[in-house]
Amino acid sequence: MSAAALSLTGPARDARVAGLLSRRRKLVDGLVKLLCIAATAMGLALLASILFTLLFRGVSALGLHVFTDITRPPGSNGGLLNAIVGSLVQTMVGAAIGTPIGLMVGTYLSEYARTSALGNAVRFVSDVLLSAPSILIGLFVYTILVEPFGGFSGIAGCVALAVIVVPIVVRTTEDMLRLIPTELREAAVAVGAPKWRVIVLICYRAALDGIATGVLLAVARVAGETAPLLFTSLGNLNWSLSMTQPMSSLPVTIYQYAGSAFDDWVDLAWAGALLITFGVLALNIVARVVLRPRA
Amino acid sequence: MNETEQNPVMAAMQARSSEALRAPRISIRGVDFFYGTNKALKSIDLDLPDRQVTGMIGPSGCGKSTLLRVLNRMYDLYPGQRAVGQVMMDGANILDPGMDLNQLRSRVGMVFQKPTPFPMTIYENIAFGVKLHERLAKAAMDERVEWSLTRAALWGEVKDRLNSSAMGLSGGQQQRLCIARTIAVRPEVILLDEPTSALDPISTLKIEELIDELKQDFTIAIVTHNMQQAARCADQVAFFYLGELVEVGTATQMFTAPRERRTQEYITGRFG
Amino acid sequence: MTDMAEHIVKSFEAELARLRTLVTDMGGMVERQVALACDAVLERDAESAGLAVEADPQVDALDREAEQFVIRLLALRQPMAQDLRHIVASLKIAGELERIGDYAKNVAKRSLVLNQFSGPSSLTGIAHMSRLVQENLKAIIDAVGENDVEKAVEVWNADEAVDEIYNALFRELITYMMEDPRSITPCTHLLFIAKNLERIGDHATNIAEMVYYAVKGEPMPEERPKGDSSAYAVVRPSE
Repeated sequence: MSAAALSLTGPARDARVAGLLSRRRKLVDGLVKLLCIAATAMGLALLASILFTLLFRGVSALGLHVFTDITRPPGSNGGLLNAIVGSLVQTMVGAAIGTPIGLMVGTYLSEYARTSALGNAVRFVSDVLLSAPSILIGLFVYTILVEPFGGFSGIAGCVALAVIVVPIVVRTTEDMLRLIPTELREAAVAVGAPKWRVIVLICYRAALDGIATGVLLAVARVAGETAPLLFTSLGNLNWSLSMTQPMSSLPVTIYQYAGSAFDDWVDLAWAGALLITFGVLALNIVARVVLRPRA
Repeated sequence: MNETEQNPVMAAMQARSSEALRAPRISIRGVDFFYGTNKALKSIDLDLPDRQVTGMIGPSGCGKSTLLRVLNRMYDLYPGQRAVGQVMMDGANILDPGMDLNQLRSRVGMVFQKPTPFPMTIYENIAFGVKLHERLAKAAMDERVEWSLTRAALWGEVKDRLNSSAMGLSGGQQQRLCIARTIAVRPEVILLDEPTSALDPISTLKIEELIDELKQDFTIAIVTHNMQQAARCADQVAFFYLGELVEVGTATQMFTAPRERRTQEYITGRFG
Repeated sequence: MTDMAEHIVKSFEAELARLRTLVTDMGGMVERQVALACDAVLERDAESAGLAVEADPQVDALDREAEQFVIRLLALRQPMAQDLRHIVASLKIAGELERIGDYAKNVAKRSLVLNQFSGPSSLTGIAHMSRLVQENLKAIIDAVGENDVEKAVEVWNADEAVDEIYNALFRELITYMMEDPRSITPCTHLLFIAKNLERIGDHATNIAEMVYYAVKGEPMPEERPKGDSSAYAVVRPSE
């Protein structure tokens, strides 16, 4: 008791030392702040220069023919229609295959296998997959869907993209479901709801915004993928919507055109890059603004 | 109690004060509870009198909330938690492994510390639980929603916005919605786990008034850290300490003349 | 209370102690007041009578202070269990002591009237009664200070003796009055003095009941046998 009483006032403070320490603290604070601002400025400058170059080179090459004409031999004033449509189709189908699988795996991890050994293994594999080089995924799908069936195909491209979508959706689904307070689950259980109803009617609804954001970000991610498509849908200079034939896509077309020796192809590559960048940017903004968690 | 036998004047006085506890609705006998290997409840014997309020008090970690979660088998959600002993209700042991848990929880409802409205409209919040156990036509469901919201003293405040999100309600309203949601299922017993600890004093009083109303029809058990609240709401009060039921008695007896020294020290604020 | 742990809130502990001091101080004051009043009667001491009368406003002031203090404690501390019992008992004990003070004042005032008459036949009855009442009062105030239930029960039982003396005095004084009408004035005053002393005894037993309840948490088990039968006493002039 007496010790506590003493420490109420405590020993006196040395004003000189306190002043010294305070000055030093302010100095370090200013220094760190300066470094942070410099780093941020550098990053922003890089990003701005990319966007600026892209706009500068892309807008000049952009015209109505880009959207209405398919790819043609150099010098014949072709467009990118088949590549745009091919990209849209492969991205949509890939997301359509990958999202439900990812959703269910994420649900399994969060609701049924939070601490089990199998759950931990699945979670680990999914995380590895999340950071696996995408060319590897292309090679994998090449081995199971291209080689055995004797040719590149749109569906193989879709599957490759789906493989990339799955771990992203798994991660966001699990994270979002885990964010749901235990009380909410218990409250649903407390009125007599079986587990599946709690998950489907309560948890999904509560986590809807987060999961949708995750899916959109996954779509944005695969829309720009080139490597997995090189080994799967390959690219197609002609108009084709057949899933069993090679299918064109923007990233692959950019890859082919940008390295070519023909000026009009290089210009088209810039236009395609502009389209894909702003498409992805738009998806990101939609994900952030429209699906912002409502208060 | 042999004093009252000796003394007819006092016996008559006690009868008039309407403090008598009714016959038990739930009888807890020799219940032990384990979190893994850690014993959290030690041989609890307690009766919850029918259509009366049992207040459970005690310091944090004393096992009062644990006991509440035994009564609707909420602990079953978590592997490693188990209860042994007898919790008799209508001649059946709630702890029986063959117990239909969803049906049990429709008979023993629970309201939590934090208001937990479901992420849906006010109407759907009520209908959610009802739909699990009954098939009602739209008109009957409307009626049930109105009935439960009225019983929870919330109808007047929300009747014009039944189809807006329950998240837009204030904390006190959300908690009354949770109570409405619980009684909409027409349980027999309601468990309240610190239902007002996240609410302001006026919302707290509204909930307490509600508890007074509800005990006409429901057997209620309430865990609270607020001694005055237990004194105001409860007919019977049970004091827990370190997983043991130290003392149980009428609220008047517990707050004016507790028998056990540990009870006295706790409720007068002398805990060492 | 001494065997209980200290309150976590030390200021509450201090306030409970202050309430206890307030009531025991008041008890001491009333005890002295009663002693002065009895002296005034037995020693025909007008000075003592004056002091007893003058002490009354102070007792009343202490009673009001105790009342305010208790109301404050109830409102601000919301006491429970034995704290609640002790605080409520203190309020009621203060009230009882205030009444005892009033009776003492009344006894003192009547002693001044008695002094104007030549010595009455006998004050031995009154002397005996006053000694018993003062003993009981002292014992009960000690019991309040020490939370001594046994002492309280002793006082509670001892009051029967006071009642018996009062009954005897009642008959004795009426007989005097019948024998000699000139003694009616002093004897009536003596009768009231005896009645006041008997009332003081009753209030002491009330305090005993408070102490019992405050400590034990339950009312005293039995009704007290009422010793005062003077209400039914009929004394007829001997033929």
